Amino acid sequence: MNNEPIHVLLADDDENDRNFFVTAFSELKIKTVIHVVKDGIELMEHLAQDGIKLPHVIFLDLNMPRKTGMECLNEIKKIQHLKDISIAIYSTSASEQDIEDTFVKGANVYIKKPSSFATLKKILKEVITLNWQYHTSGLNRDNFLLSL
Amino acid sequence: MRIYIKFEINKTCKKILEDQLQKLGLEYSLISFGEVDLKSNITSKQIQEINTGLQNYGIEIIESPKNILIQKIKDTVIEMVYMDEKLPTFKTSTYLAEKLNHRYGYISKMFSEITFTSIENYIILQKIERAKELITITELTFTEIAWQLNFSSMAHFSNQFKSTTGLTPSAFQRIMQRKKENILEEK
Repeated sequence: MNNEPIHVLLADDDENDRNFFVTAFSELKIKTVIHVVKDGIELMEHLAQDGIKLPHVIFLDLNMPRKTGMECLNEIKKIQHLKDISIAIYSTSASEQDIEDTFVKGANVYIKKPSSFATLKKILKEVITLNWQYHTSGLNRDNFLLSL
Repeated sequence: MRIYIKFEINKTCKKILEDQLQKLGLEYSLISFGEVDLKSNITSKQIQEINTGLQNYGIEIIESPKNILIQKIKDTVIEMVYMDEKLPTFKTSTYLAEKLNHRYGYISKMFSEITFTSIENYIILQKIERAKELITITELTFTEIAWQLNFSSMAHFSNQFKSTTGLTPSAFQRIMQRKKENILEEK
């Protein structure tokens, strides 16, 4: 609806994966501003800073050293001013059970890490546009679940 | 303790609007959802005042004609999808064109340009959102929901739900139920 860029926060310990994501985002037609952190501790420290621009969506790698994606998810959901940020979890493993448990804990999006760059781009576009709809069209965020 | 409430968003917005406009002493009438007719011309300072009063509620005056059109398209789609009775069966492209008084091609192009998505996708998204709401707050069966939202069959509904959310309607229902129990447990 307006020209404000979409703010994305990405937490992943693998440098290749991070570059993969950042490049994919930069090739989308949608204007995004990406902030990258290397693990869960860094993520929580970043979010705890005063006066930062809160992201519209956080992409969280499930398997990170020091603090896992799931631990971050649990913490974020307990913090009043952060709990409404959309959370997209991604992981290489994806059993139906894992996916459902992640949603129950409050994640909005579950992404099975794709192997091809083209698929990743497609997935990111879908997540960003749908999240944008929830942001601008007054949809009920409680019902925002997307599995890719 | 936790209580559950239900609210009518149209009524809420209308009441907030009325309160704010009355507070500023403006004469007005509400035409349709999201459209207000003011009895006299107002200054940009007054527009500013209205916006200031409304911004706490997430309501704002839309000024660019493009954005007004987009908002009207969205409102028309929502009005259609949220009819209490069964969804109408007419062609939505014709309906939108007539209701908004523009060629459908124009409406559709504008919409895609500004919202990053097509009208067709937006309608599907709204229908699926409505389905999610019916799944979580009513006792309707999936077959009944499919019928009410004009899906040709239960299978068609399930497929569309799955392709939009990645989940089957039953998985969605199970997750929402567990989420609710999860929240209750933590209290």
